[in-house]
Order: sequence, then C-alpha cells, then structure tokens
Amino acid sequence: MGFFFAALGADESADALVADIAMDKLILDAPSIDRSVARMAHEILEKNKGVEGLALVGIQTRGVTLAKRLADAMESIVHAKVPLGILDINLYRDDLTRVSEQPIIRKTEINFDLDNKIIVLVDDVLYTGRTIRSALDALIDFGRPKRIELAVLIDRGHRELPIRADFVGKNIPTREEELVHVHFKETDSKDEVVVEDGS
Amino acid sequence: MEVRWTRKDLLSLEELSKEEIELILQTAESFKEVSSREIKKVPALRGKTIANLFFEPSTRTRTSFEIAAKRLSADIVNFSSSDSSTSKGESLRDTAKNIEAMHVDTIVMRHSSSGSAEYLARSIRAGVVNAGDGIHEHPTQGLLDIFTIRERKKKLEWIKVCLVGDILHSRVARSNIWGLKKLGAKITVCGPPTLIPTKIEELGVEVCYDLDKIIGEQDVLNILRIQLERQKGAFFPSIREYAAEYGISKERMKKAKPDVIIMHPGPVNRGVELASEVADGDRSVILDQVTNGVAVRMAVLFLTTLVER
Repeated sequence: MGFFFAALGADESADALVADIAMDKLILDAPSIDRSVARMAHEILEKNKGVEGLALVGIQTRGVTLAKRLADAMESIVHAKVPLGILDINLYRDDLTRVSEQPIIRKTEINFDLDNKIIVLVDDVLYTGRTIRSALDALIDFGRPKRIELAVLIDRGHRELPIRADFVGKNIPTREEELVHVHFKETDSKDEVVVEDGS
Repeated sequence: MEVRWTRKDLLSLEELSKEEIELILQTAESFKEVSSREIKKVPALRGKTIANLFFEPSTRTRTSFEIAAKRLSADIVNFSSSDSSTSKGESLRDTAKNIEAMHVDTIVMRHSSSGSAEYLARSIRAGVVNAGDGIHEHPTQGLLDIFTIRERKKKLEWIKVCLVGDILHSRVARSNIWGLKKLGAKITVCGPPTLIPTKIEELGVEVCYDLDKIIGEQDVLNILRIQLERQKGAFFPSIREYAAEYGISKERMKKAKPDVIIMHPGPVNRGVELASEVADGDRSVILDQVTNGVAVRMAVLFLTTLVER
C-alpha cells in the first residue's frame, strides 16, 4: 500500500495515512472516469439541445477539475466553447460558525453574466446536499439563471436536503461512516475513485 | 502543510508567522472578488457583531472596517471617544467589558497608547483587531500594503521597498517592516536622521539619509505621512526643507525606476511628502491600497471572528 504516499498530493497525506491502514475499495479507475465524463457530456448536450445559453460552474476544488473536463469533452463533440466558472461555497456554508477548523477560502471566478443562462453546477461527490444548497445561494447572488442543473461524478446517497443530481457518473451505495475520495491527476497525481472504510 | 488560523486577535505583524500572513493574503484575494460583484455581500459572518472602538480620530480606517464587516453580513456598531464614556473618566478595560457584555464578538480598536490592543485582548474574551496603537503597529495597513505590492510586483522576495519619511512616529512603518521582512522583501528606511529611530538596523533594514542616492534602485516607494499632529518637537527645520529633501516631486521621479510604484497610507499632505502630479500619476497605487484595504480587513475580521472563544 506504500504507493499511496507517492500517488497522493501533499494535502492528502493525512488521508493517505488512514488509507494505508484501512482497506480502500477502488470504485472507478482512470478509464472508467473518462467514460463517465464522456457520457455525462453527451447527456448534458442532449438535455439542453446543444451549448446555446449553457455555462458550467465547478465547485472548489475537485468540482472545478471535473467541470473543466466536461467542458473539454463537450467542446470536442460540438466544437464550441462552454463558459466555465469557479465557485467557492465556504462563505455560504450553514455550519461556518460551528466548524472548529476554519475552511480555506479559495477563489470564486465567474466572468460571465448568469442572467437567463442555463447553469450546470458541477461537483465531485453528492452526499448530504448541503454543499449544493450553499452553491445555489451563492449562484443566486451572481444573477438569475434561467435554470440550474447539477452534475456530479459520484452520488453516494444519505441526503439531508431535498436535492438531486441531473447528471451522475456513478451511483454508489455507501454506509455513512465510509469516506469517498475522488482523486484527479491535476490535484492528486492519478485518476481514481476509492471508498475508504471509515469505521 | 496548510496553516490554520487560531488567533481571536490580530495585534501586530511581529507576532505572526510567514504562513499566517500568507493565509490572510490568500483569503483577502478571495474577498476582493466579493467587492466586485453586483451584490457585494456574502453571509459568512451573519449574526456576528463587531464594534469599532476608536479613541483617535479616523475616517478611512474606520469606514474601511465598517464596509468590510457589512460585506460579510456582520452587524457593526461605532463607538468614538468623543461620545463614549471614556470622556467621563471610564477606563479602557471597563469600556471594553461593557461592550463585551452586549455580546460583541470582535472589537476593532484604535488607541493612542502603544500596547493598548494587547492589553485589551488579554482583558476580554471578545476578539481584538488592532487598528493602530500609538506608534507601535497598524497591522491591517501593513497587510494591505503587502497585498498591494504583491498584486503589482507578482512576488515579494527580493523586492526592494523604501519607506520614506517619519519612521520614528510611524506604526505603519513598523507593521510594514515586520511583515515585509518575513516575506523576503528588502527594506530601506529613508528620512531625516531625527525621524529615524536609533538601532532600527536591528530589525534588519538598511538606513539611508539621502533619498536621491537610493531612489534609482527601489521597486516600491512607500511614502509615510508627515504627522504634524503627532510630533511634539522640531524634527526638521521647515516643511519646505523637508519637501525639498524627501518629498517625491516630478523631478525626483525621473531618477526612479520606470516601473516603481508609489504608495501612501493617506491622508496625503499634497506638496509636502508627495507632489500632486505624483500622487495622481500613473505610478501611484494609492487608491488600489484603499480598495485592497477592504479585502484585507474582510479577511482579518473573517478569520478572527470565527475562531472559537
């Protein structure tokens, strides 16, 4: 299991320690992630009948990577660029004043007008739905989109709010104690989705 | 290793690590974007109360903190010395205790006594942000100066910064020196010998009394205000002579690097430390400093107010 140390980014070293002891289940490998992204890109285009009025907004940090990949995949299909925004939702969290460890606030960058656009919000894992709730509040502060859709690579269930995804890479049943890690080459040096036994 | 913020107070840049300063700057970058939105507000400090407690007159720092707090959705109240009970003889500690009893989360204080912010921080549970204590430090001004330099020069290591003017009475100079040193900038202080504290070299800065000799190699000229109200003696023969020796005139600018930036914490004494043409010229970043001040103060209020008490 030593390769975990080499394979993971520096900020993941704490995770890697745990992963080294517990057994991780590989859910998606790199080719499977590529296929999921390609399929989701097609589904987004199908549902919205092309890229007219469409824009992607990725949630920091791995939602941004996924959004970039979706944008690239869509561009290679329809040969048109899709505007891409970056959103940090930490300032909109409902537990901000309660968390003991303060979140690092990363950049938000939405350089296009949201009014009357169809926004596809992109995140790596959909779990309680609270991140998406925060993201919806944040987006509304930027304008009034015509519609907001949600794309996630992994839906692991256990929702605490009435939120669902429109585009899903893979649904995986999990126990609440388990931890789902999405790793991307850009941030974690390899593409994979693993489930760690958190108990 | 990402550093986490654990301080309820911001008292000085002397006490902060390089990583803590970088965390504030990074957070401020994110907050700068908030001020450029059409809806210039995020709910991050919703339900928190911040008090501005100013025992010295100040418009821009107080307003900057007020705008910063409001953009974070915090409630902010202003106390100033003229209408507060200190004019009736109440002690600083009692005033602060009373404000705290109203469940204020963070107090932003400016006071004429050096060390007053630290004293207050030790006396109360609420957070304390130093908005200037005597001639000690003005940490948020230091941070916004550093933020502005980094924004313009893209880095801080090996950047040559010259602080010009009254170093002796300047808390802005001290905060600049502590912060910039930690981030690797090279600092020179320049002014009349009477306004340069003895042994300032021990802080790791170069000292120079002849501005024309060094102006050509500086990347940044941070011009300090001649604080006529703070000086209780004759430190230079006349304002005219000061302007001739140390004022940044159009003529003197010709000797500076073409990409030099001119900074000033304000308010500017036009024609004394800075000529009008220079203050309004294309090398001046004085208004960027004001814009960045709001972002930096948002970052500081955000980080300190959310620390568990």
